Amino acid sequence: MDRVKTGTLTGAQIVVRCLQEEGVEYVFGYPGGAVLFIYDELFKQDKVKHVLVRHEQGAAHAADGYSRSSQKVGVALVTSGPGVTNAVTGIATAYMDSIPMVVLTGQVPTHAIGLDAFQECDTVGITRPIVKHNMLVKDVKDLASTMKKAFHIATTGRPGPVVVDIPKDVTTASCEFHYPESITLRSYNPARKGHAGQLKKAVQLLLEAKRPLIYTGGGVVLSNASSQLRALVRNLGFPCTNTLMGLGAYPATDKQFLGMLGMHGTYEANLAMQNCDVLLAVGARFDDRVIGDPANFAQNPRKIIHIDIDPSSISKRVKVDVPIVGNIPDVLDDLSRLLKDSKPQEIKAWWKQIDEWRAKDCLKYDRKSKIIKPQFVLEKLYEVTKGEAFVTSDVGQHQMWAAQFYKFNEPRRWINSGGLGTMGFGLPAAMGVQMANPGATVACVTGESSIQMCLQELSTCKQYRLPIKIINLNNKYMGMVRQWQQFFHGNRYSESYMDALPDFVRLTEAYGHRGVLVENPADVEPALKDAFSRKGELVFLDFITDQTENVYPMIPGGKGITEIILSEDL
Amino acid sequence: MRHIISILVENEAGALSRIAGLFSARGYNIESLTVAPTEDASMSRMTIVTSGSDDVVEQITKQLNKLIEVVKVVDLSEAEHIERELMLIKVKAGDKGRDDMKRMADIFRGRIIDVSDNTYTIELTGDGAKLDAFIKSLDQGDIIETVRTGASGIGRGNRVLRV
Repeated sequence: MDRVKTGTLTGAQIVVRCLQEEGVEYVFGYPGGAVLFIYDELFKQDKVKHVLVRHEQGAAHAADGYSRSSQKVGVALVTSGPGVTNAVTGIATAYMDSIPMVVLTGQVPTHAIGLDAFQECDTVGITRPIVKHNMLVKDVKDLASTMKKAFHIATTGRPGPVVVDIPKDVTTASCEFHYPESITLRSYNPARKGHAGQLKKAVQLLLEAKRPLIYTGGGVVLSNASSQLRALVRNLGFPCTNTLMGLGAYPATDKQFLGMLGMHGTYEANLAMQNCDVLLAVGARFDDRVIGDPANFAQNPRKIIHIDIDPSSISKRVKVDVPIVGNIPDVLDDLSRLLKDSKPQEIKAWWKQIDEWRAKDCLKYDRKSKIIKPQFVLEKLYEVTKGEAFVTSDVGQHQMWAAQFYKFNEPRRWINSGGLGTMGFGLPAAMGVQMANPGATVACVTGESSIQMCLQELSTCKQYRLPIKIINLNNKYMGMVRQWQQFFHGNRYSESYMDALPDFVRLTEAYGHRGVLVENPADVEPALKDAFSRKGELVFLDFITDQTENVYPMIPGGKGITEIILSEDL
Repeated sequence: MRHIISILVENEAGALSRIAGLFSARGYNIESLTVAPTEDASMSRMTIVTSGSDDVVEQITKQLNKLIEVVKVVDLSEAEHIERELMLIKVKAGDKGRDDMKRMADIFRGRIIDVSDNTYTIELTGDGAKLDAFIKSLDQGDIIETVRTGASGIGRGNRVLRV
């Protein structure tokens, strides 16, 4: 292990030096007692810039959005006790979607740990189930190596958030600073190359397939394997579908793309999933929102090849035939190489079948409506931004419509909380996205319920002049809750109506931004055009949309793909 | 089905709760868990007795392997192995029945490691079934206190778990 020797530093100085060594550009955080010395050191330098959020949940989401939209690690810094507990939702969000993050948390001094000190909580205990790893630093001598370990673990293998808990006395103690250039852990060695024998079996299956499907998830985006995926899909000529987390990995406007699959995926993608004879799953995990009931999915016999960096994702919900554990870009390269001189089966009949499913036009909606249809707003958003925006979303109907109607042609443009489903994610995540991509167009698609969960961050947006465009689909309901209540709870809309909503226009103005109310379909496009032409300004567009609109298609929770509900069925 | 899983883990603070937490978070059973450092003090060896279908046990080993501090995992029950458990049992041994109790301990190859006027404390080693059998063979009214370590296991012959 090479070590750079640079003299004696305090723990707080070491923290900042480590961040500098890692090339960290932004830290999203909120100061407090336990981290005062770290903040003091941040103050004295200008390499690592700090972004002051208004609530620690925002810090974690912003670091997360920063990471998702770049290829870098997101870093958050919060104080002990409530600082940590506020950040928990953000850490869990990142964990469920495998986002590389390092979260530095202050802790009470080591001698006070366990004594119920002011602002003490068991950070390592609280965050243990929602992190890839976490560590409490009890000795300043371990600080630099722990920081290195945190960045190493967060970014390698299946990525994820790592929490480093730093007691206040560790930040004041001092020692020689050595930052290791690399680190090896005997207990942690993620696989890279796929098993040669399994690769051969996969090739065989792909070449024999009559009804093949390629199904890819967030793993392709996270491992930056989009170009390898595109090459493979095009060479094979097979249909491809992406999960909610995988959108953009394969271009949505390509004719081989069947759209998103899953609970609110397209008819063609879901039926192709159910009826294929060979399924190539890449960086996806067959979760409940994708295949619904595994027993129903397993009714149709098919051969499954599953490529994933995480062995525990393989055969977790669905038994697979050819597991390939490895780094996705490497495995896809190997597959392409092995397939180079072979010709897959003729699959015209399969494409014909798929085209019949496509002809259902499962995303159709009433275009003549006098009330604004949310789908229409998303379509216009796509047109006005030419499909080039970074789009973050909150959670609910608006999220699904964004996923269905915004055609992402590039990876890392679609930023949403897929695993944990965190309302309140959209706005702070958009801040991180805008920080990572200054000058880029960033839209936050949200609803009147979600946006209020992290609304305070409008203040952060003002401080850092973040020209995010907020697309608020305001139907005065927690729309997805309302939809489930309509379908499955006899139209009893228990607590899903948003009474006493604020005047979002005036509220946005109070934060120093521009707010616009849009009530007529004819005003949607002009309002969007005007908003996106204001390059330096945050604009909050409050679209008053149809209260009763539902997201279709829908596969009810726990049901099989064949039980898909289309709008025309009702 | 019952499985006995051996784990080599970095001897770090929190490693035990990480493993125990994994079992409770994912709804896996723990019948018993034993842990102590190995000859290499930087590592601990843990034996967990669990039960579940083959699919569940496969997930358990995969999820254990995923923990950063876990160095190696093996399902001992996949092949020939030996398991032993230690029990300390305190029993009534007054004038009446004192000899019988001694005899019973001898039959099970137990050792009396503490004696008082009216009690024996017996140390007994074996697999779980043997310890159960000993408890069953006593008059339940004679048992004052039992403490069992849970199973420790090791592979037979050349089957080894080390770094």
